[in-house]
Amino acid sequence: MKKKPQPQQGAYADFMARAYAMELEAVERYAQFAEQLDAHNNPGVAEMFRKLSQVESLHAKRILEEMGWPSLPELPVAFAWETPEGPETAAFESAHYLMQPYHALQIALQCEVQAQRYFENIADGEAPRQVREAAAEMAEEEREHVRLIRDWMKKVPKPRADWDRDPDPPGMGE
Amino acid sequence: MNAPLKAAPLAAKDFKSDYKPVWCPGCGDYSVLVAITKALASLGLRPENVAVVSGIGCSSRIPAYTSCYGFHGVHGRSLPAATGLKVARPDLTVLVASGDGDGYSIGGNHFLHACRRNVDLTYIVMDNHVYGMTKGQPSPTTEPDWSSKLAPGGTGLREFHPLVIALASGANFIARAFSGDPNGAAALIEQAVRHPGFSFVEVLSPCVTFRPEQRAWKERAHPAPVAPTDDPGRAARRLMTDDGFNIGVLYQGKRPPYRAPAAAAKSAPEALAAAFELDGARA
Repeated sequence: MKKKPQPQQGAYADFMARAYAMELEAVERYAQFAEQLDAHNNPGVAEMFRKLSQVESLHAKRILEEMGWPSLPELPVAFAWETPEGPETAAFESAHYLMQPYHALQIALQCEVQAQRYFENIADGEAPRQVREAAAEMAEEEREHVRLIRDWMKKVPKPRADWDRDPDPPGMGE
Repeated sequence: MNAPLKAAPLAAKDFKSDYKPVWCPGCGDYSVLVAITKALASLGLRPENVAVVSGIGCSSRIPAYTSCYGFHGVHGRSLPAATGLKVARPDLTVLVASGDGDGYSIGGNHFLHACRRNVDLTYIVMDNHVYGMTKGQPSPTTEPDWSSKLAPGGTGLREFHPLVIALASGANFIARAFSGDPNGAAALIEQAVRHPGFSFVEVLSPCVTFRPEQRAWKERAHPAPVAPTDDPGRAARRLMTDDGFNIGVLYQGKRPPYRAPAAAAKSAPEALAAAFELDGARA
């Protein structure tokens, strides 16, 4: 019979909890972008953000399984990233109602690069060995995601320079 | 006998309604909605004990997107409605949402007197220096040289300085937040709600549709270099020389909030109705 993983304590568990929270923030933000683009009748990009959200949720699920957590455990301190939000979370202002799939991938690429650097810094830092090893593994995963997104971008048409030009920009009635 | 059940603490998502926002993708107001819901969760409040009151404009859609009680009022009149509500129901936590057009132009006079009255409200103004809902007209906080199709060459008019006005008018708490930092904005809104009296939080909230250059605000916004003061004179000097991008609590006053006289609430409806009768009208 397969042994059930036990909850783990200490710096390693804190690190994994942070990695999980980082993925969750990204899941939520991509889902928010999908809703925003749906509301503005841009279904192609909405679908792309939904896919990105699903991919991030798979990463989050894998962390939970690895740690044997039914959900995110209570954390010793509130998460405080060095950036205003998690390194893998796209900024709200990066979306646009006329954006194209290529822009969505640009956003995803930037987030993956930030996540890669975040884990690389921990892997190269002075954290306990188990944390550094896990961070190095995650940095490698993020590098792979960067490669995948770059390949994906080659298959998507590049937007024209005036992609956001709109002679009749949106107005909203009350 | 069973012990009364203690309500479980709520998460930010519990303060969101099922309505999906229709703001333009990229709008800073999405972040402010996140900040408000996080702040309410962190304060340990419940939606049924909170009211969100607004006027007209993109930012004023916020009440519908929360699960709290809401009042989407008329243009510029969110503060009088919120004042009445808070005075009648002091047990409620009342947030007021507005934008730079609704709050500083059409509602400018109410802003002054809400500061002066110092009723225990939290006034959150999402400032994007433009009328976004009506397609990009200059607002009171628009820079004089901002040139657009609707104001070629710019207005040439000096900007309104809401934080200075709030201080001069008697606001008891003044802060500036930035939508690019939703967690930081949540923390400031939480402090504003906790502070007694009229608390004013201006949130720099870019309009990426009509002012795409405001995406650069994330490079300009910076933490205020000094701790908050309770000295209005010192705060005035700081605010008058402010670069417009200092983020944090800038003034925390000690003025006691307005409390309605207890007797005022005891008038029976019949007595109130009688007071409005004209002489001889009851013949």
